[in-house]
Amino acid sequence: MDLTLKVWRQAGPDAEGGFKTYEANGVSPEASFLEMLDQVNEKLNEAGEEPIAFDHDCREGICGMCGVMINGHPHGPQDGTATCQLHMRKFSDGDSIVIEPWRSTAMPVVRDLIVDRSPFDRIVEAGGFITINTGAAPDANMTRIPKEAADSAMDAASCIGCAACVAACPNSAANLFTAAKMQHLNLLPQGQPERYTRAVAMVETMEAYFGSCTNHGECEAACPKNISIDFIAMMNRDYVKAQFKNFARAGQA
Amino acid sequence: MTTQQRPAVRQRRRWQDWLSGFFTSSVGLKWMMALTGIGLLLYVLAHLVGNLKIFLGANEFGEYEIDLYSEALRNLGGHLVPAGSILWLFRLGLIAAFVIHIGASAILTRRNWDARGMNRYEAPRQYAAANYASRTMRWGGTIILLFLLFHLADLTLGWANPSFEHGQVFDNVLASLTRPPVAILYLIAQAALALHIFHGAWSLFQSLGSANPRYNAFRRYFAAAFASAMFLGNVAIVVAVWAGWVS
Repeated sequence: MDLTLKVWRQAGPDAEGGFKTYEANGVSPEASFLEMLDQVNEKLNEAGEEPIAFDHDCREGICGMCGVMINGHPHGPQDGTATCQLHMRKFSDGDSIVIEPWRSTAMPVVRDLIVDRSPFDRIVEAGGFITINTGAAPDANMTRIPKEAADSAMDAASCIGCAACVAACPNSAANLFTAAKMQHLNLLPQGQPERYTRAVAMVETMEAYFGSCTNHGECEAACPKNISIDFIAMMNRDYVKAQFKNFARAGQA
Repeated sequence: MTTQQRPAVRQRRRWQDWLSGFFTSSVGLKWMMALTGIGLLLYVLAHLVGNLKIFLGANEFGEYEIDLYSEALRNLGGHLVPAGSILWLFRLGLIAAFVIHIGASAILTRRNWDARGMNRYEAPRQYAAANYASRTMRWGGTIILLFLLFHLADLTLGWANPSFEHGQVFDNVLASLTRPPVAILYLIAQAALALHIFHGAWSLFQSLGSANPRYNAFRRYFAAAFASAMFLGNVAIVVAVWAGWVS
């Protein structure tokens, strides 16, 4: 396959960026999207040019490092996959592909296709610490959890934090990420002692960086883990409940 | 031996903190928009039901049903309260709902633009879930607001209707809607309203946190049905009057 790539190049956070066009010739349809970029980078190296910088780690869709905007699709045209698991057979010979970094004010470009996703760490920090017993490991099945709750919590926990939801959202909102990270704890008995404190802390940290939800549903469509926007509704409910009900006596203000 | 300091059972937080915390958060503002949205939906529905009385024409005494209806609205509460006071209570509620709905959306729009910044994508966005209605909420809302101002000037205050006579609802509607530019304006506004409701009546469930596999699919049907009912009902009035079927 011969492809024309239009790639965003930016030397540093404060540098002026711009698009550059590259030819990718002889790409195998079995190659993954990142392998295709590797091949382009090898040629750039040979020619003595700076290779294209992009985030990647596990390349099996579970780490959340990779992720670029491909022809206006976050993670490319295939549903429910991260960029690393997108294969070149999804494209045709002679295609031209526009490759851009995620765009939002809170996540500026660090270099080329790499963005700074540290606001996600701030959100997780705001709600991540839970009051669990850190003594000896409890016996298995001591805490009974309904199968459905465990399944839903697992669905939410499948979030890999790639930020495709922010990239896809016309408002640059991080509601799907925050809801997923919040609900995988809020759905389980172990998450109850700090449920409402967590809801308030995570929502308010999220809002310090990101826009608000207008319920387009683009995040759900972009999510490589197909996380449902039902979790956003659950987050909204927990947040509103935290504001109106008296949880102070339960130690949750 | 020192006594261990126990944390207070109840943190006394000032109610002002609570107000500013919740009602300035984006989730809180969306919650307010959803609640006022429900109020406005109920209003437009009641408004349509009342207006359909125009098809009933006149009774045996030659009084138009819709004129009697408007008189009844002004006299809500009968002799228990001063004339028009209950109607004004409703109007104040409506004005408050509009102010909160529009104010919240203005604040949120501003925040969203800041969050998005000047960061546009080069390749045209391939929307997978966002529809025309959801992407035109702000424009649609603006069109509805401008139309609302004209509508008030046209049929409530009479400024935009040369042959306006207070209380003569039937004649006023006929005089207004038989002017083709005005009828077209009303039709455009109905389309904008229907689109706004198509997204809004679905979106409010999400904002209020009502997601349940039992009725998730129903939420979309509800919004579509509400929007179509509003569109068909209102357009029927405009078309029927314009075509001269109502007299």
